[in-house]
Parts: sequence; C-alpha cells; structure tokens
Amino acid sequence: MPSMEFLLATGIGWVAAVGIYLLLRGRTFTVVLGLSLIGYAVNVFIFAMGRLWSGTPPILGGAGVLADPLPQALVLTAIVIGFATTGFVIELALRSRHENGSDQVDARPDPAEPQP
Amino acid sequence: MSLLSDHLPILPVLLPSLTAIVLLLIGDHGGDAQAGHGHRRLLWARRISLGSAALGLLLAALLVLDADGGGLRVYRVGDWPAPYGIVLVLDRLGALMLLLSAMVALPVLWYACGGWDAHGRYFHAIFQFQLMGLAGAFVTGDLFNLFVFFEVLLIASYVLAVHGLGAERLRVGVHYVVMNLAASALFLVGMALLYAGTGTLNLADLALRVPRVAGPDAALLQAAAMLLLVVFGFKAALLPLSMWLPATYAAATAPVAALFAIMTKVGVYAILRVHGVVFGAAAGDSAYTAAPVLLPLALATCLAGALGALAAQTLQRLVAWLTVASVGTVLAALGLFSTAAWGAGLYYMAHSTLVVAGLFLLTELVAAQRGDAADRLVSASPVAQPALLGLMLLLAAASVAGLPPLSGFIGKLMILQASSAHALQATVWAVVLGAGFLALVGLARAGSVLFWNVNQALPRSGASGASASLVGAALWLLGASVLMSLLAAPIQRYTADAAAQLLDRAAYARAVLGPQGEATQSTRPYRGTPGSGGAR
Amino acid sequence: MQTLPLIVLLPLLLGTVVCLWLGRRARQAPAWAAAAVTAAALALLSSHAPAVLDGQTLLTQQPWVSAIGLDANFRLDGLALMFGWMITVVGLLVILYAAYYLGPNDPPGRFYALIMLFMAAMLGVVLSDNLLLLVVFWELTSVSSFLLVGYWGQRADARAGARMALAVTGGGGLALLAGIVLLGQIAGSYDLSAMLSHGPAIREDPRYPVALVLILLGCFTKSAQLPFHFWLPEAMAAPTPVSAYLHSATMVKAGVFLLARLYPVLGGSALFELLVAGVGLATMLFAAYVAVFKHDLKGLLAYSTISHLGLITFLIGLDSPLSAVAAVFHILNHATFKAALFMTAGIIDHETGTRDMRRLAGLWRLMPWTATLAMISAAAMAGVPLFNGFLSKEMMFDESLQARVGPLGSGTVVVLVVLAATCSVAYSLRFIHDVFFNGEAKSLPKPHPHEPPLFMKLPVGLLAVACLLVGVLPALTLGPLVQVAAAALLGAEPPPYRLAIWHGVNAPLLMSLLAMACGVAFYFALQHGYKLHLHHPRGWTGRLFYTHAIDGLQAFAARLTRRLENGSLQSYLAWMLAAAVLLAALPFLFGHGAAPATGTRTLMNAPPLALAVWLLLIAVGVALLKLQRQRYVAVVLTGAVGLVASTAFIALSAPDLALTQLSVDVVSTVMLLMGLALLPQRSPRESPLPRRWRDAGLAALGGVGMAWISWLMLTRDFDSISWYFLEQALPLGGGTNVVNVILVDFRGYDTFGEITVLGIAGVGVLALLDGLRLRRPELDPLGRPWSYRQESLMLRRAARLVLPMSLVVAVYIFWRGHNQPGGGFIAGLVVAVALVLQYMALGQQRAEYLLHGQAGRRFTRWVGIGLGIAWLTGVGAFAFGKPFLTSAHGHPTVPLLGELPLATAALFDLGVFITVVGATLLMLSMLGAASRPPPRPLRGVP
Repeated sequence: MPSMEFLLATGIGWVAAVGIYLLLRGRTFTVVLGLSLIGYAVNVFIFAMGRLWSGTPPILGGAGVLADPLPQALVLTAIVIGFATTGFVIELALRSRHENGSDQVDARPDPAEPQP
Repeated sequence: MSLLSDHLPILPVLLPSLTAIVLLLIGDHGGDAQAGHGHRRLLWARRISLGSAALGLLLAALLVLDADGGGLRVYRVGDWPAPYGIVLVLDRLGALMLLLSAMVALPVLWYACGGWDAHGRYFHAIFQFQLMGLAGAFVTGDLFNLFVFFEVLLIASYVLAVHGLGAERLRVGVHYVVMNLAASALFLVGMALLYAGTGTLNLADLALRVPRVAGPDAALLQAAAMLLLVVFGFKAALLPLSMWLPATYAAATAPVAALFAIMTKVGVYAILRVHGVVFGAAAGDSAYTAAPVLLPLALATCLAGALGALAAQTLQRLVAWLTVASVGTVLAALGLFSTAAWGAGLYYMAHSTLVVAGLFLLTELVAAQRGDAADRLVSASPVAQPALLGLMLLLAAASVAGLPPLSGFIGKLMILQASSAHALQATVWAVVLGAGFLALVGLARAGSVLFWNVNQALPRSGASGASASLVGAALWLLGASVLMSLLAAPIQRYTADAAAQLLDRAAYARAVLGPQGEATQSTRPYRGTPGSGGAR
Repeated sequence: MQTLPLIVLLPLLLGTVVCLWLGRRARQAPAWAAAAVTAAALALLSSHAPAVLDGQTLLTQQPWVSAIGLDANFRLDGLALMFGWMITVVGLLVILYAAYYLGPNDPPGRFYALIMLFMAAMLGVVLSDNLLLLVVFWELTSVSSFLLVGYWGQRADARAGARMALAVTGGGGLALLAGIVLLGQIAGSYDLSAMLSHGPAIREDPRYPVALVLILLGCFTKSAQLPFHFWLPEAMAAPTPVSAYLHSATMVKAGVFLLARLYPVLGGSALFELLVAGVGLATMLFAAYVAVFKHDLKGLLAYSTISHLGLITFLIGLDSPLSAVAAVFHILNHATFKAALFMTAGIIDHETGTRDMRRLAGLWRLMPWTATLAMISAAAMAGVPLFNGFLSKEMMFDESLQARVGPLGSGTVVVLVVLAATCSVAYSLRFIHDVFFNGEAKSLPKPHPHEPPLFMKLPVGLLAVACLLVGVLPALTLGPLVQVAAAALLGAEPPPYRLAIWHGVNAPLLMSLLAMACGVAFYFALQHGYKLHLHHPRGWTGRLFYTHAIDGLQAFAARLTRRLENGSLQSYLAWMLAAAVLLAALPFLFGHGAAPATGTRTLMNAPPLALAVWLLLIAVGVALLKLQRQRYVAVVLTGAVGLVASTAFIALSAPDLALTQLSVDVVSTVMLLMGLALLPQRSPRESPLPRRWRDAGLAALGGVGMAWISWLMLTRDFDSISWYFLEQALPLGGGTNVVNVILVDFRGYDTFGEITVLGIAGVGVLALLDGLRLRRPELDPLGRPWSYRQESLMLRRAARLVLPMSLVVAVYIFWRGHNQPGGGFIAGLVVAVALVLQYMALGQQRAEYLLHGQAGRRFTRWVGIGLGIAWLTGVGAFAFGKPFLTSAHGHPTVPLLGELPLATAALFDLGVFITVVGATLLMLSMLGAASRPPPRPLRGVP
C-alpha cells in the first residue's frame, strides 16, 4: 500500500504536468484551463509544505495534535488571488478574440478562415 | 506629529489605497467624459489622484530623509511580533524605491490627465492601486506578503497594459498576463519550498535560517532560490525571459509605458533582497546561489537590449529595448556581489528608470507631430517643435547612451570602477561600453531620421505644438537626469550606504527580530501541539 | 585663479543660451554675441598668460563626485595656454567669417549656439586637470561635432557624415574612458597633477600596455589617424567654417593634445614609440599621397589635415625632447595655415558654387586678393621657406635623421618622410595651380565669381599674415609660447634650441629642397602625363569598410531580434519553464555533496479510498490530455480536478481550504462556461507533432520536478514558527480556528492585499469589457456551433430556492468563521454563487437590469465599500496608538448563534465579504452583459 505522501506528491506532479501541457497549447481558452490546473497543483503543493496530518484540523479546543495552520492560510490567500486572476484572464481572452478575430494566443488568424 | 511618524512605513501603502477606494466610491466618467456628470467626475478624479500622487512624493522624500539617518524603521502590522506577524521594514533601499516610483508616478499621472485617462474606465483608481502595490512590495519584510503585493501591482498592471484597448494591446496583453500568471505560480512554489525548508517567511528570519540548513538539504533551498530568480528575472526582463517586454511596452499607451519603467525595477529590487541578502555572502552552503548565472545572463541581456535598440523600426520599440539594456546593466552590477557594485547599480537603476520613463513620454510627443509616420523611423514631415523636442531627445539619448556629463555616464563610470578586480572585469567593461556604443549608434540613427531627414514636400501634419503641460511632464523626468548628475555626489553616497546597509545582517536582524538579533530562535520542531518542542 | 572654470563656463552656459535666444530675433546678433563671449574667454585666458609664460602652472579644484574620482579640477600650463589661445583666436576668426558665410536659410541661432558648445567642450578638454573631467568634455566635443556636421541635416551626406563622425570619435571616446579609468586605478588618482610624477612607476605596471592601447584608440580616432582616418573627409559635409574650426584647427587636435598631455605619464616606453611614431608616420605618408588625387578642394584639405596630424603624432612619438618642440610648433603652424586654406576653399565655393578642381581654373584674374592669401597659406603648408610651415618641417626632418621606428632604421624613416613632404608639396601646388591658373574656368554654377566681402577675407588675411610673420620671426612671435608648451609636454625644460629661418646649409635644408623639387615635378607629371583630372579613386576605402561593418551589424541585430522576439507566447512560456526546470535542477546536480534523498519522517498509510481518488485523478488527467480540444468537456474535467483537490484538503484536515476551493471552483467554472459560450467550442489541432513532443517533455520535466521536491519535503520533519499561532490564536487572537485567525489577524495584512487584488480584478474586468457587446452567431467562422444552453426550468426553480437559503448559510458561515471553518470570504462566495445561479436562471434581462445605465458602477461601489471597511478597520487601530490592523475583541454569548466573536477582525471580515460579493458579481455581470443572443438566427459565416 503506497503512502499518502506518495499519492499526494505524484498527484501534484501529474496535475502540474497536465497543466503545463495545456498551458503550452495555442488557444487562449486551453491556456486558461492549463493555468487553473497549475493553480490546483501549486495550492496543494503549498499545503503539502506543512506536511500531512490526518483528522486534525487546526481548530483549537480538541485535544491532540493540529495540522500546520500557516500553509493553509497561505493557500487560502493564493486561492483567492488565483480566482481573481482567472476571472480576469478569461474576460481578457474574450476581448482579445473579439478585437483580433481569433482566439489563437498570438492572435494569428484561424487557418480555416478565408484570408481577407 | 507622532501619528505620522509612528506609522510612517505603512503610509505609502495606505495613501494610494485610500485614494483608490475613494475613486471607486465616487465612480468614474462612465460613457461621457466630455460633458455632464461624467466630465465633472473625471475632473474630480484627476484632482484627487494628482493630489494624492503629490502627497505620495512628499511622503517618499520624507522617508528618504528619514532612512538616510541610517536607522531601520520596523513596523509590526497588527502589533504582532516578528517573525510571526508581518513586518514592514524601511531601509535606505526601500525608501529609494519609494521615492523613485513616486517621482515617476507624478509626472506620468500629470501627463495622463492630458486625455489618456478618459480613454478607459477607472484609470485613476487602477493607477493608484498600482502605486499601492509598488509601495507594498518595497516596504514589506515578509516573503509571502511580497508575493501578495506583487499580485496587487501585477493585476493593476494588467489593466493598465490594455488601457485604451485596441487589437495590438490586447494581443500582447494576453502574452503579458499569461506569462505573469505562470511566473506567479513559480513564485508560490519557491516561497512554499523556502517555508518548508526553514519554517519561516520573514526575510530577516530567512536570512538567519538559510545558513543553518547545511549539506544536501541546502540544495532544496537553492532550488527555491533559483525558482524565485526565474520569477524576479522575468519581471526584470532578464534574458531569456525578456521577450515580453518590448512588445508590451511598445503597445502600451505612453503614460503606462512610462510608469512601467519602474515595473522592471521591482524584479531588480526583489533579486537584491532575496538573492543579494538572504542567499548572499553569509548564506553558508547556499552562499551566492544566484551568482553563477546572474552575471552572465545580465551581460547577455545588456547586449541583446542594445542590439534590439539598433534593430528597432519605431522609436517606442527602441526605447523599450533600451529598457532591457539598462536592466541588464543594473543586474550586471548586482551580479558582481560587492557593496560598491551594488551602490553603482542602484544609482544606475534610478537614472535609467527616470530617463526611460521620460523617453516614453517624449516618444508620444514626437509621434503626435509626425502625421501618419508617427514614431516610425522613416522620413516624414517635420515636427512642429523641432528645437524643443530635438533638444529633449538629445538630452535623453545622451543620458541613456551613457554620454557625459549626464547621469548615465556617471552610473556607468561607477560600474566600471566597481567591477575592477572582479574575475570578469574585462568582459563587464567590454559589454557595458559596447552596449553604450550600440545605443549611441542606434540613437544617432533615430535622432537624425526623426529630426533631420524631414521631407519638406510632405504636408506638415496638422498637429500644433504639444501643450506645455505635456512637455512639462517629460521635462520633469529628463530634468531629473540632469539633477542626478549635478547632485551625483550625495546620491552616490546614499546608494553606497544603501548597499552597505543591506549587507549589515546583524543590524537588520536586531531591528526586526528584537534584541537577540542573530541569536533569535523563532522556529521550533513542529509536532502539531501548542508550544510543543520548546526552544532548542 | 578661480576664473579658470569661467573660461569654460562662459561659452558653455552664457554663450549657448544667449545665441539660441538671439537666434529667433536678428540674423547677425548671435554672431556678435558669440564673438563677444569668445573675446571674453580669450581675455580671461590671456589674463593668466604672464604667470604661465614664466613657467607657473595654475590649478583650481572643485569637488564634484569625489567618491569616483570625478572632480571639476582645472589646470592651466603652457600646453593648455597654447591650445586655449588657438581655440579662442581661431574661434573668433571663424565666427567672423561665418557671419558672412551662412546663407539666409541657415538658422544662425542654432549654428552659433553649437559653436559655443563646442568651444566650451574644447576649452574644457585642454583645461582639465582631472582626467575623467577631460573625458566628459572629450565626448562633448564628439556630440557637438555630430550636431555641427549635421547642421544641414536635410542633406543625406551630412547625416551620414555626422553619424560616422559620432560613431568613430564617440566610440573611441568609450575606449579612452576605459583606458583612463584603468590608468587612474594604476596611478591611484585621476588628477594629472598627481599623476605626472609617477610616470615611471605607471609604465612598470602590468596593466600599462592595456591602458596605453585603449587611450591611444581614443586619440587616434579623434585625430583621424590610420586606420580611423576615414571619418574626417566625410565630416566635410559640414559648413566650411565648421570644417575650418573643428576639423582642422581644433577638435582633431584633441587627440594629439592628449598624447602631448599624457606624454610624461605614458611616453618614453618602446611600445609608445612604436605605436605612436609608427602610426603617425604611416598616416602622414598615406594621407599626403591620397590628398594629391582628391578633386574636391575640401577633400584635399581634409587628407592634408590627416597627413599633418600624422606628422605631429609622429613627432610626439619620437623619444627626443626636441621633437616635442617641433610638435607643439607645428600644431600652431598647421592651425594657422590650414584654417586659412579652409576659409579660402569656403570663399571659392561661395563665389563659384563648386569645389571641384576639375571645373575650377583661372580664378587668379577674377579674385587676385583671395588668390594671394591662398598662395601664402599654401606655401606654408608646402613648407616653403619664409613661411611658418617651413620651420616646423625643417625641425621634423632634423628629428627624422636620428629616428628609428620599430623595425625601420633612420634611413628608411628619412626616405618616407621626404616622400610625404614631396606629396604635400604636390597637393599644395595643385590647390593653387588647379584653382587659380590652369587655363579658363569651365561652366561654373555661378558664372561670374568675384572677390568676396572684405570681412570674409579679413580672417584669411590675418592668418596669412601670421604665417608670414612667424615664418620670418619665429623666436619673437611664438618662441616663448612654444618654450612653455614644450616644457609642459615634456614635464621638464626642453634642451636649448634655436627657432630661426637660417641654420646654415644642412641635411634638413637639403631634404626640404629635394622634397620641393620632387613635389613640383610630381605634380606636373601627374597633371600632364597622367591626366590627373581623369583619375577615379579606387573602390575600396575606409568609409566603405565602415558602412559595410555598420550595415552588417544592423542586419545581425535585426536577425537576432527577430529570432529572440518571435512574438509567440508558446515559445516565451517554453523559455520560462525550461529556465525554471534547468535552474532549479542546478543545485541538485552541482550542489554541495550528495543530492538530497528521501527523508525519515514516518509516513501516513493511504486508505483504499485515497488510492481510488488518486487513480481517478490520473484518469481525469489522461482524459484532459485526450479531450482538451473539446472545450466543454475540458472545463468539466478541470472542475473534477478541483474536486479531487478539495477532497484531498478535507481528508488531510484542511476544512477551510476544502470549503473555499469548492466554492471558488463553482464560481470559476460558471465563469469559464459563460466565457465559453462566446468562444469556439473546439480548438483546432494545429501544433505540429515535434512541438507537441517538446511540450510533453517540458510538462514531464516540470511534473517530475514538482513531484520530487514535494516528496523530499513530505518525507522530512520540519521546524516552523507555527507553534506561535497555535499558542496565541485563542489568548491573543480570540479565535479557535487558527487558520482564520491567521487570515484576519496574524496575517490580516495579506488578506487586505488579497481582497484588493480581487477588487482590482473586478474593476479591471469592467474596464476590459467596457462597451463590449458580442453577438453570438450560431456558427463561428470555422462552422463550429456556438452553443448557448437555454436556462433550464429546473435550474430556475433551484435558483429560487437557493438564494434565500444561501443567504442564511452565508451569515452562519460568516459568524462562525473565527472559530470554525468558514469566514467572510467563503460567505461572500456563497452569496455570490447564489446570486449567480439566480442570474443564470433569470438570464439576460436580469443582467441588463443589474447593469442598466450604470455600467457596473453599483458593484464597483460595493467593492469600494468593502475595501473601505477593511481600510477603516485597519486604520482604526491608529486611534489607540496601535499599528495598522491591530485587533481587539470580546465574546458576548448570543442565543442561537452561540458565542459571538465581536472582534474588530469580524468587522474586517465584513469588508472581505462585501468586496468578494461585489467583485464576483462585477465579473459575472460584465460577462453576462457582454453576451447577447443574436437578434435573429444568423446563417453561416457572419
């Protein structure tokens, strides 16, 4: 049976890899998806830097050990910021496509499109 | 006034923040900037925004004077002791950066009030948020907080970069935003890695913890440092991560491009703080982590920038490439890892920021008077104000190319002297002077085309001379360069002291972490129970 | 004493400004102003002359940037006095001349301002004691020469000449700077007065050769020595007064001046002698020969100037005190006759409209005065007895008798020198014969040339007289000056010598006569035998070489830039990721000792469920890679990954994270879908296979790297500052949910920044989508359907239900946040989500209503209010003398809600709540407003 740590580490790596691949695609929308995947990977990574603790949420009162609260707080901030930027970049992609007539990341005209 | 003095370090953040909030509350001109409510709102927004910027400049000047006393101002946000809470630290470097951004911000804002600010929504609010982000980044003493304020200034910069919209701006806007988001992810990874390895986020504390991680584990911290170097290098436009800059700056509206002159310096600043100090001389096994790559890349950046300027077909792109070159020069100075070199680098950074900003404004003034040719380097109808604009361009060009007696020359001279006795002295000299030569050739070409190669046959573009206020904004920035060379002695002393102060880790630790200073033991083995472990 | 800097500052500040100012008003006024300023400078200079002439050296000091050795220290000794006089006197004459030379369309203000600028720079060069200061003025001369050569900028040759002059001399200036800095570091000071005494020590230093070569580069480029001579003829595109002043009398002398100036420091070594004398000799001979074949008057004079500069350089290079005397003497003589000749050329050009000697002829009868003056000056140039040129040439011959330059013995040197002299006689003769005699003028542009106005001739006259006077009575006229100048050059008194016409019949005299005879013969042979006028210069010239080099550089730069900045986001991102992976890997590969290995922390056994979730994640990833081009599916799958992340958070005791992640995912998925409604539904497959492999490789590297460092860290125990939060959360933070206490209290400042980001994003979206109203056609350009799902009935029902509930939930979450998972942010999102559902359910009208007229101003206000509350809460602490965001709290117990944390933190959290709602709604509503259903279904491509 693999350890939780192993699953998490590999999971982070896997999501990051998929995210990077999508990030390198040629269409803004896919790139946005790639960015949010990378966001997931990074958030979990930050969280993991507080190491893993099971069934011990950092809420005082209960006896026993508590998970490291600091990384969790950092992740929360990171999530919010990621949310804000995602929201912005989506609409940026929209506007760019509207102005440039193509959602290719370099606004190159769509191949199938009749050249003017 | 104690209220002022007690909270001095955070005021540069709170002031623009408040201004922005007020601007959001009163709303902007909406659709109608020309008349009616919209117009009145716009006028108010301008007054408030300008007033705040002026106040910010005053404040920054005050902070510089204060910091020049040599003391460190430490501000514990939320009254929590360091390193547990977030502290703001104001030293000479931070104050210098604040003053620099304020000195750029005011004229740029003034220029924008010439009409650009009406070409989009909530320009002034966003502009103030941008200043808030910059100030926050320059005063914070906490790594994660640095990340947060990076995001503040970045998201504001995203909006400003596409201010005025239009296809080209949006195209490069997408590039700029996406790359920055990727960089932010790297920042988080590096930051988290540092926390995992040292257990702390406070820069002063990090500077104490990093040396204590020895052996194989040090490699993990160094990896983190390298990731951060990529992030900051990208912001600073270090090769090979500088390719976003020319297009972005060339597409941006003049005031935004001018303001962005300070943006690259944020990266420089962060490199100095993290790689210069935390991973600097005293970092034990992790000492000089960035040194092997920083100097070569910086020199390459310097050359690439100068060559780009030589190849540029428009004045704005030429200036953008010169920005890259100047950053390369500054980072090269940082990469020499000596107090003298850092002092020289800081002086040069201040110079290049001001001049480049002025050049971006000047570019638009020139372009506006050349009809369809705009700022393209081709023969066109003569400009309406050849003497004035020509003189200004000459001044700026001489300064940026490092011709005496302007600040660029003095800065480069300092760097030359500081790099002597370094192993790569010859290379550094060759690159710095060679880049200067290339810039000289490029600028001579541009200037002679723009102002001499005029085609009298073409109809004079209808544009009359630029309004005094617009010219004034550009003059302010260029005049600063002249001032920097006249007052070179005190400024040089200040930057030298700032560099020395950075390396005085003991004093920094004492100021931030309290009387025990470098002996402070803030972290404990984490076992998940309050107060567990206890101090070792 | 303190008036020394004034000599420079007068023209620099007063002169330039006044001339520019007057230029707008009267044509002649600037000329008079310039003349007055020059006269003043001359007077100031002369006031110090007596002291200097009896051997004193005047020094003034004014610190500037002492830390880097750059100080405004000036120095007036014999050499400086000699050059200073030359600069001011010739300047005065040139100004007078130019007043009549400039055409009605030439802006006088600019011209004289630039002349003033140049004069100041030149005076600065010769008067500087601090070498860095000298470099400052040195580059200023390059800049002002650039502007003066480009004075007629609308002419292409002027632009090219100006740029070339700047590139060569300015570039040389950079080399000079490097050399001076090096020299200063060797000597330990940049002040000449401190340096002069250390000559021998400096020449011992290993860095000396490098410094010497760099400095010589500066001197040779400035003084147009081989192989940098080519810029000077090109610079002749300048107005003739400029050529006379800068490019013969003064600026080009800056190089030889610096050689003379630094002679006591650098001179006397074998290397110095070889380089300086060698280059000088070569230049003298080469340029003299080329000059003979130039058809353009100014071209001829330019090359003759180069040749004479070579002569002076050669003399300075020779390691003999008397050659120094000869050098300074010839500097003066050359300035006089060459300036006169340039002005003559200008007169001829002015009167006939051409400078081409193939068209000019027979002007003797039309302008006898000019001709006479020209003949005197030319005779001096040729070294005819009774004229000053003869004397210095004699001395030069005399020196060449013992000279040996590197491999060349004195015999060879003598031959070369005589050859050069022969050529110089030939071109001097040509200048006179071709212009004033040699038959009748053919087809002149201005058919009826005549004597110019008196004041245009006057300067020439004065100079010609000077040639004669000095030629006859050298000792009386220039003797003392030459004496002190030579002394300054040598840094010691020169040995006794006699300046006189007649030294008896000796070798030098014979050499002169020989040169003259050969020269005359050579010229007439060329003229009649070779048909000189039909001569066409060979293709290859330094100019060509230069332009090729510059063009090559340009092309290279363009290619490189295009290569680097290829405008492809994908390659930029690839660069960044590659850099990240590579740099992060470096420490592992070349770190101290072994790379870090798996740690010793006791690991956590994974329950089967976890394994299942993990497998699910892998599967989702694979599916994403496979189906990424079907965008709707991709969005759903991405959301699934988010869900997995949330479950991980729950399982690993991070309920707050799980909650937040969940609600954020809902909202961002909604936004993605709304965005998708306005974008093509599928991505075309366009990246070629190698590109996809490259990306896959990068992705793999990145993923493995992330996994590896996570693993390394997860398997290690660690120290942290977190114990403090666990300890203090309750007693000082007043909450049991440590995470939340950190968010709103310990690190509330982060949260303050975070909601600012959110707010900016909202406003930014408003700015971004301002005025954007997209019409959704049914098909996009690629014929792919734009899907837009009609809101389902169920959804509408659900929404109605959800809104009120969600509000209650939100309030609850908000209040318990401080002690239990929750808090303002999540509450805000919940409300936002509810409103969004509402909005989606009710569809378009709702959006329009939310936005009517106001264009999102309402939500912007909400953002403002939220941030405002947070700001005020933070600043409120000031009232209690506490820092920003210092919290205070009490815990009254309230029925139903239980313990109610009335902490200021809660107020702060309220700000968070409002900001989140405002920003989120702003984003969504703008997005909604942007998307309008088409007025009528469109067919095919819109």
